Amino acid sequence: MTKRSKFLAATVAVLMTGAALPAMAVTLRYANQGDLKSLDPYTLNETTTIAHHGHVYEGLTKRDKDLSIIPGLAERWEISEDGMTWRLFLRKNVKFHNGNPFNADDVIFSANRVRAQGSNFQTRVPSGSEWVKVDDHTVDVKLKSPNPIMNAQWDTWYIMDKEWSEANNSVQPTPAAATTPSYASLNANGTGPFKIESHQPGVKTVFKPHKEWWGKVEHNLDEIVFTPIASDATRVAALLSGEVDVVEPVPLQDVQRVNSSANAKVQAGPELRTIFLGFDQTRDELLFSNVKGKNPFKDKRVREAFYKAIDIETIKSRVMRGMATPSALMIAPQIFALSKDFERPKYDVEAAKKLLADAGYPNGFEVGMDCPNDRYVNDEAICQAVVGMLARAGVKVNLMAQPKAQYFGKVLKSGNYNTSFYLLGWTPGTFDSHNVLFDIQGCRNDPNSSRGESNLGNYCNKQHDELTDKILVESNKEKRDQMIKEAYKISTEDYAYIPLHQQALAWGVSNKVNLVQRADNQVLLYWAQKKE
Amino acid sequence: MFAFVIRRALQAIGVLLAVGIISFAMFRFAGDPVNQIVSLDTPAAEREQVRRSLGLDDPVPVQFARYLSSAVRGEFGVSYQFRQPVSDLLAERMPATLELAFCATLFAIGFGVLMGVYSGLKRDSFLAKVFQTISLIGISLPTFLIGILLIYLFSVILGWLPSFGRGDTVRLGWWSTGLLTTSGLKALIMPSITLGLFQMTLIMRIVRAEMLEVLRTDYIKFARARGLTTRAIHFGHALKNTLVPVITIVGLQFGSVIAFAIITETVFQWPGMGLLFVQAVQNVDIPIMAAYLMLVALIFVLINLAVDILYTIVDPRLRTSIRQPA
Repeated sequence: MTKRSKFLAATVAVLMTGAALPAMAVTLRYANQGDLKSLDPYTLNETTTIAHHGHVYEGLTKRDKDLSIIPGLAERWEISEDGMTWRLFLRKNVKFHNGNPFNADDVIFSANRVRAQGSNFQTRVPSGSEWVKVDDHTVDVKLKSPNPIMNAQWDTWYIMDKEWSEANNSVQPTPAAATTPSYASLNANGTGPFKIESHQPGVKTVFKPHKEWWGKVEHNLDEIVFTPIASDATRVAALLSGEVDVVEPVPLQDVQRVNSSANAKVQAGPELRTIFLGFDQTRDELLFSNVKGKNPFKDKRVREAFYKAIDIETIKSRVMRGMATPSALMIAPQIFALSKDFERPKYDVEAAKKLLADAGYPNGFEVGMDCPNDRYVNDEAICQAVVGMLARAGVKVNLMAQPKAQYFGKVLKSGNYNTSFYLLGWTPGTFDSHNVLFDIQGCRNDPNSSRGESNLGNYCNKQHDELTDKILVESNKEKRDQMIKEAYKISTEDYAYIPLHQQALAWGVSNKVNLVQRADNQVLLYWAQKKE
Repeated sequence: MFAFVIRRALQAIGVLLAVGIISFAMFRFAGDPVNQIVSLDTPAAEREQVRRSLGLDDPVPVQFARYLSSAVRGEFGVSYQFRQPVSDLLAERMPATLELAFCATLFAIGFGVLMGVYSGLKRDSFLAKVFQTISLIGISLPTFLIGILLIYLFSVILGWLPSFGRGDTVRLGWWSTGLLTTSGLKALIMPSITLGLFQMTLIMRIVRAEMLEVLRTDYIKFARARGLTTRAIHFGHALKNTLVPVITIVGLQFGSVIAFAIITETVFQWPGMGLLFVQAVQNVDIPIMAAYLMLVALIFVLINLAVDILYTIVDPRLRTSIRQPA
């Protein structure tokens, strides 16, 4: 052996032992603006929280990377001819983190728990539905009326272990007014790909992979460390300094800086939430206006004038720095395919002025506008832009921008819809148009129905509502889509609302990390890959 | 003396009661907690249920009576956001805040006294002018800006110090401390400087002014005449006499260091009580807000009480004036 070959052999030997050593543990550090406040999956219906829980718990169905519904803990399901009974076939050989097997009892227990008082997810399961165990892995759901989209929100209705909940005194969801802390809000026992290693509410949560998980592992992580960082500047700094790998959200003004840095980039994409403007169309006199004795927004021409006075492209480029998709509908195009058939009316100040003059306001009028300033991306700045644009059409808007805590207390039902003109954002929880048509475009005239409860200005069209009811029970997809299109046509022709845009998601991601970005803004790290 | 303490304690109770009333009145403007608990698409019936279960549908006087009676018993209920008892949450966060306040104060005293003495003794030197400039910055720049500047310099550009959090902590009973680990100590540096800078400036200026004053007095001249070393004169005689007002300031300011930690904690995501409070305000988490305000009021009152008592012990003149009111 020559010297050189000896050296080579030694090098190879060293390399081989190196290869034989276990690879470094891969830890992904993730910081979000919001906290993970409670581990109880029925406590808070909010995206960040739901996404965290989705690592630990699983629903009967799941949503894939493109948001399509795929089997979760239910392998498949069948709907009876009359649409009144669903039969669910549960996945076998699934274990909770504590080793308990998953079975029909857990599903029925969860169906009861999610409907109990204190749950924030009561609408996940239709009221009055009956859940019957057929055998250990089959459950029948008997409905009061057909509901072809019953499983649309099951991906975020997480299944809990009956035995574990009973043993730990957590049969009831943790209500907001609890006097004793609940075990389930500090501990978790799901079937998901990760389990909670430690949880300090508001400080730090550590997730570790659940080795016995039933599914195909698509991540390469050994640990996830989650920390909330509320301050925008600090969150971005932590990403740029490499202390965290993923941050959500990146504030718009920092997007450029993150992208020009050496170790991170912004992953952007359209979100499902639609930001829009609404009018009080129900009071005989506006609460905040100088027009007395009548309500100008009852006149369709005024609403149309407002719509045409708004230059959405300027809002997009100036206020949103390009991070928005203007929308013609009250729903995002990803969740309604026929959105492409709709177009926003053109921006046209002259037309707006003429419409206002025709409606009897040649010199415009004054109106108060409510706007949150800490809820949506650049919400207050959008409202300020709207104020300026409407001024060009002769309308004087008195802007009242306020923190969300005060804003929602004022404009929602609990505040008696105390607004004349407002900005709001809406994501249909079901990812389905029916939710939009029912909750924000439906008449709220029937006190016994929850229809239109978030229709703050009470836009009302009977024909639209009749169609909405038919849409709920129609199971033929194509026919249903056409009916939905018809309903949107009615509301857009009425100028029921002024849809503005879908804001963009902005995640800050280290160059070492690959993430799947889903349009519902759930940061799901079980699809994350990290290189060292 | 005893009567004095009793009288002070009674005043303290009055102050706490006033804080309670004012904070309760404030909560009514903080917004509707129900909206923060439920999501936007929650039906109104469910919202009402939550409202009832929280007792928010009771008349205001009933709510106030309930709030007072539980506050007196030290019970602040369960946080709306975390669904955990507020007392537990505060106890968990308190060590973080106290350690930060303690380190910030230590930093302020150490550097403040050193820089004050130096610029008092060598008024016209270059370094003294640098110190004066630093003190100007400390007084005029807002805390959050200093924090962010430090983060950008030491975390993003230089990569020396962590930009957020407490690092690793060690539990000693119920107290979690960051003083025993390297990462914990590193994490303490920037928040302590940010929080303590203002106090440091204050101390430096006081020490400097007092030093200048004391150095002109007769007993210093006499000490010089006695032929004592400069060192003994400056540190044995002069500095000792300047420290009385410094102790007063530090004592009284410790309360505000804890209270103003809110901003520093927000910037550095320091998991202390201040951060908890800020998040509680955003989410209208009334139980936490109430408990925090009462706690801070209590800290202030206790510190003031202690300072008052200490005064009478330290300064005999005060004692006689209490006994025989002029």
